[in-house]
Amino acid sequence: MDTALQAALPSDVQQLLDEHSNRALLRLAVVGSVDDGKSTLIGRLLYECDGLFEDQISAVRRASAKRAAARTEVPPELLAQGLKAAAGAGDEEELDFSLFTDGLRAEREQGITIDVAYRYLSTARRKIIIADTPGHLQYTRNMATGASTADAGVILVDARLGVLPQTRRHAYIASLLGIPYLAVVVNKMDLVGYDRATFERIGTQLGDFALTLGFEGVRLFPISASRGDNITRASPRTPWFDGGTLLSWLESLPHQRRLDGAPFRFPVQYVLRPHQDYRGLAGQVASGTVRVGDEVQVLPSGRRTRVEAIDTFDGPREEASATASITLRLADEVDVSRGDLLSHVDQPPLALQYLDAMLVWFGEQPLDATRRYLVKQATRTAPANIERVLWRKELEDLSEVPAESLSLNDIGRVRLVCRRPLLCDPYEENRRTGAFIVIDALTHDTVGAGMVLGPAETTSRTAQSLVSRDERWKHLGQSGAVVLLPTTPDAEQRAFALERALFERGLHVATVHGDVEVAQALARAGLLALVHVHAPQVRRTLREEARDAGLGWWELEESESVERWTERLASTRENKS
Amino acid sequence: MTDTIHARSTHLQELEAESIHILRETVAEFANPVMLYSIGKDSQVLLHLARKAFHPAPLPFPLLHVDTTWKFRDMYTFRDTFVARHGLRLIVHQNRKALAEGINPFDHGSQKYTHAMKTQALLEALTLHGFDAAFGGARRDEEKSRAKERVFSFRDKHGQWDPRRQRPELWNLYNGRVDAGESMRVFPLSNWTELDVWHYVLRERIPVVPLYFAAERPVIDRNGSLLMVDDERMRLRPGERPTLRRVRFRTLGCYPLSGAIESSATTVEAVIHEMVHARQSERQGRLIDHDEEGSMELKKREGYF
Repeated sequence: MDTALQAALPSDVQQLLDEHSNRALLRLAVVGSVDDGKSTLIGRLLYECDGLFEDQISAVRRASAKRAAARTEVPPELLAQGLKAAAGAGDEEELDFSLFTDGLRAEREQGITIDVAYRYLSTARRKIIIADTPGHLQYTRNMATGASTADAGVILVDARLGVLPQTRRHAYIASLLGIPYLAVVVNKMDLVGYDRATFERIGTQLGDFALTLGFEGVRLFPISASRGDNITRASPRTPWFDGGTLLSWLESLPHQRRLDGAPFRFPVQYVLRPHQDYRGLAGQVASGTVRVGDEVQVLPSGRRTRVEAIDTFDGPREEASATASITLRLADEVDVSRGDLLSHVDQPPLALQYLDAMLVWFGEQPLDATRRYLVKQATRTAPANIERVLWRKELEDLSEVPAESLSLNDIGRVRLVCRRPLLCDPYEENRRTGAFIVIDALTHDTVGAGMVLGPAETTSRTAQSLVSRDERWKHLGQSGAVVLLPTTPDAEQRAFALERALFERGLHVATVHGDVEVAQALARAGLLALVHVHAPQVRRTLREEARDAGLGWWELEESESVERWTERLASTRENKS
Repeated sequence: MTDTIHARSTHLQELEAESIHILRETVAEFANPVMLYSIGKDSQVLLHLARKAFHPAPLPFPLLHVDTTWKFRDMYTFRDTFVARHGLRLIVHQNRKALAEGINPFDHGSQKYTHAMKTQALLEALTLHGFDAAFGGARRDEEKSRAKERVFSFRDKHGQWDPRRQRPELWNLYNGRVDAGESMRVFPLSNWTELDVWHYVLRERIPVVPLYFAAERPVIDRNGSLLMVDDERMRLRPGERPTLRRVRFRTLGCYPLSGAIESSATTVEAVIHEMVHARQSERQGRLIDHDEEGSMELKKREGYF
């Protein structure tokens, strides 16, 4: 570097960094099948926005020129252009932009296929994360994956073919996943002579359809991805179009307006307890804003308290909004743990155990109403059954058809029963707290993506027994509790020894190996359920569910002897009775 | 519409919040996590984010440095000083068996060497300590094959990656369920780009190894790669003689496998300037003679995963 450049450096870098730090993040999902020119569009966007490195570009230059040379029917002047481009003369129209995503093709050959790829783009005003989603119907799950975080979607339509059933399906899935803004990009306009009537015919057709789906905004752009019309530069070849460029649309979209405006939701992720005097609730603000002094409630317990402090590594803050990762301290010592949720007292979320939801099914095995699944929503994971499928969406014509089950890539409405209530909102109102994933309890695969619609209209599950828990406990002369043993190699023997000792003291007691449901049932019936289990996830579930169900809870210390445990457990029981 | 564009959080803040969320989520869901520490700039950023995530508590996991024994001397010095200053728990693991067999980057070729000293060593260490989740600093913008990597990347009982068992990732809901012996690689920097990393290093004043900045260093030019002669173990070919040149490194790994670039950037600002300037030149089209520098390939070789 020469000295002149050195001198220009500080202001140059400063300006760059100022720009860089003021840019808001936009997440974009691009959908459409390969033939629609999706790779070419993304390649073109990356190239024109400086999203590529030198070695990537020169590799594509060489490959493009080689292709041109290999085509025997290529007129000599075009071949000369291609070679010129290869030499770096910069005739970019001869670059094959689809080659910038070529790595994906190699992967496809190796069978990795069909996955979402993420690409990164910077413009003067925005940083954009592009989810590059394969659009084939068979890969609905991947489109859903890419669309789940997107603030905006781009759908490609081939100008020669017009609106296809596939286009409608993509628009439907985009609306289902709650993408607020949609651009319909009518591509390959060069192949229809930049014909205005063609563009307007497609636009009217699709625009009418998209309106019924409830997008906040739908825009249309006549483009040619290979020639670069109306992508980052307005094209002189479409003088009849004054709707701006695709890029200027992306730069003008509002950013996370919905999350900021929604009620405050703070799913507790992790409790920080470095010493006796500090107890911080770590988490990411899912929506809304919280301020020091706000009155909040802890759910599901419903306990009310105030926010005493908002802590971060960089110092305390007076307020925090979505999607900041912060640590909250509360004014009172209320019981709060992972999976709980904080909200303002006047705007609580729903607490649903029976709910209706839309589900996109990812599992190789079809949905099975008798199988145990786990639902992860915000920071809470709860065992669940999918009681029944209400209907399935027929993606060919978007009709609702009766269905027994959902298979791979199906979308339908289901009724869900969770063992612990989900602290949620309808997905339509809150994409963060209304979303959940379904995990197969046995294989641990993620088998579904769900969106909360609302409470299920059900009454069948209210009466479970004519004998109440309190009646049972009174009858037995003790209240049931779950007692968790420490994870030592001899946990089982110690459990049996403890059981024997407590039994001889006249207590009602049983030993359980790691089954959450059995332990809970025994405790509800009034027994001391002594549980030994090593799996941390089971231990956590046990603790969470006992707490939610209002059951007694003991976690025994490894350092103490069986005799000591017996003393302590027996004495509390005896005092009670 | 326009007022909402000036959103409260800019993209670096949002990336930071997302990474912290991922770090906390992992610690909440796994019994025994560890952070892979390779002493590079991405490691430094990741570590900084982890300190933010658990502040004011100490890091709830140790760091693991998979040591090939061929890192730059500057890296070892930096590692030891940094770890001591911040009171971090560091585990250093070397593949003893491969060391005893004398496996080195010269005689065994980079592939065999990398497999033994990095991949094997990593798996050994994870098994030895029973780690069920390992944080890594990989970014999706590094190369095309990483563009599809998950944030939570599932590994089977043999530490292997099966593309057919990758779990789809939706919203910010990560599936952390594993059986005994299975594990997860977690990449909190997935959505960061190289420029984001440098910008964050500057903004947060994160210390990085001095090798990232230009200085006179003894190098040889081998097939267009500038290799630094860091100690007497470097095997010189006939006719090769180290000369002092002003160079720096974009990525750091084992010194015989890391190519330097000629540069005069001695500060983070200058590094950023150089990076952006190189990008702008892409547009002007003077490229063909430049691409053999092969930073991508070096990164590939450097990768743990």
